[in-house]
Amino acid sequence: MTSYQLAWKIRRDAIEMTHVSNGSHIGSILSIADIVAVLYSEIMNVFPADPKNDLRDRFILSKGHAGAAIYAALAETGFFPVEELKTHYANGSRLSGHVSHKDVPGVDFSTGSLGHGMCVASGMALAAKRDNKMHRVYVIIGDGECDEGSIWEGALFANHFRLSNLTVIIDHNKIQSLDKCENTLELLNLAEKWRAFGWHVIEIDGHDHQSLKQALHTYEVEKPTCIIAHTIKGKGISFMEDKVLWHYRAPQGEDYLNAISELEVDK
Amino acid sequence: MRNTFINTLYDLAIDDKNIYLMTGDLGFGVLTKFWETYPDRFFNAGIAEQNMTSVAAGMALEGKNVFTYSIANFPTLRCLEQIRNDVAYHNANVKIVSIGAGFAYGGAGMSHHATEDLAIMRSLPNITVFSPADPLETVYVTKAACALNSPCYIRLGKGGESNIHDNIRNFEIGKAIKIIDGKKICIFATGSIAIEAKKAAINLNNSKISTALYTFPTVKPIDIELIENCALEFDLIITIEEHNIVGGFGSAVAEVMAEINSNSVLRRIGLKDTYSSIVGSQEFLRDNYGMSHRSIEDTVLSFISEGK
Repeated sequence: MTSYQLAWKIRRDAIEMTHVSNGSHIGSILSIADIVAVLYSEIMNVFPADPKNDLRDRFILSKGHAGAAIYAALAETGFFPVEELKTHYANGSRLSGHVSHKDVPGVDFSTGSLGHGMCVASGMALAAKRDNKMHRVYVIIGDGECDEGSIWEGALFANHFRLSNLTVIIDHNKIQSLDKCENTLELLNLAEKWRAFGWHVIEIDGHDHQSLKQALHTYEVEKPTCIIAHTIKGKGISFMEDKVLWHYRAPQGEDYLNAISELEVDK
Repeated sequence: MRNTFINTLYDLAIDDKNIYLMTGDLGFGVLTKFWETYPDRFFNAGIAEQNMTSVAAGMALEGKNVFTYSIANFPTLRCLEQIRNDVAYHNANVKIVSIGAGFAYGGAGMSHHATEDLAIMRSLPNITVFSPADPLETVYVTKAACALNSPCYIRLGKGGESNIHDNIRNFEIGKAIKIIDGKKICIFATGSIAIEAKKAAINLNNSKISTALYTFPTVKPIDIELIENCALEFDLIITIEEHNIVGGFGSAVAEVMAEINSNSVLRRIGLKDTYSSIVGSQEFLRDNYGMSHRSIEDTVLSFISEGK
């Protein structure tokens, strides 16, 4: 499956999942769909039939609220049946709204509270360095998540311990829960901030698969890598794009039908 | 206790190359030997306990046996959600060590008084809670913690505590240890304040009031069987802890006793749901807040004078 096909499936699955469950965060899910698709189709070494294989690249979705994108990617790449996506948020389901590792093949770490995943990823990267293992650790964080102090503790740490096997991708869609990031806590120039913390920083269009592939193949010997992926919240569904509303609203009624129609045109 | 802990860990790390130690920039002079001998297995995470705890969880999930080390409330309350979500929920093999239980840093002020940690840590699923009473218990606790493949919390005093045990036979996680035999009164103690309990037990026995003493190096899982047996055997059980009276060791004992047909009366001694804005030595503050051997003796004498 190409990254474009996987990205489309993630979007289609996510619209269905949030529609059925009346779940939130479709805007965030669509924002990272291309990043996740490129990671799972072309970048990461993964083993759907042997999810815990020690040779796998590690992945953490630090912004756990967009977990539906991961569940969709895992199901579509063969970690578990696509049919199970229907149970997202449902009574007794293992597919919680925020991404969970418990009994879910392919998920390395549970998140949901922001500012945790990147620091845990540093620990995984440090352990791999100590054992001279060659896999990489990838983590997606949100731009709003950069409000958390622990992100900056982790940014200092990963540089100090020269975690060159760690790649942080910032989903920079410029919108957080209640408002634009700039109206909440100004992030100003994120790239300059991460450079100042000692990271190798790359800025790209987070929906351009070629740019993503190139950036995700780029590392420096002595530095952790930060890819600032400029994205659009709600990307792919015209009326959801760049709208705070779709952080929480679930696609229902006409909105659902229109979203499906738009995706079918793009197929 | 802190020197005993680090020396024990140092010895274990000679053979066990999987042991890692991370500090939140504390342990001046104490951690030097470990740091210098095992530079690849020692990290100073800086003054950043949230990140330290998450990093430890990440390393543990990759198979490492990671100890995080700091003082008072910094490795526990400061990063509580990291402990809850990253360590406890993932059952990550992280051993959280705090130096300065209760009023060990009495002069340093309220920020450095660790008086709610037992309650909070024992409320987290998957976490074993250790609270050794003396250096000898600390040796056994450190070894037991090392052998565990799950998270735990180790609450230590500071330095200079003397042993209250002559020796320990058959140390077991979740089991209390008998120090003094008795027939009428039974004292349960956890942590270094057990020294006050021992003084009280000796004084009471000298006054012909037969008093037993047990220490609880493990607060969670609590020794249910022992508590149940004592609750049938003794007239009065007293718990003592250098910790808030809400939710800690005494509460753990009370939870057990509340669910059985007990013949015993329970009295809990601890900090009475307050913060200390005054400072002083550990001994001064224990006495000032009613947690000395005198408080135990007074509790027993008033129980007896009530004719029970």
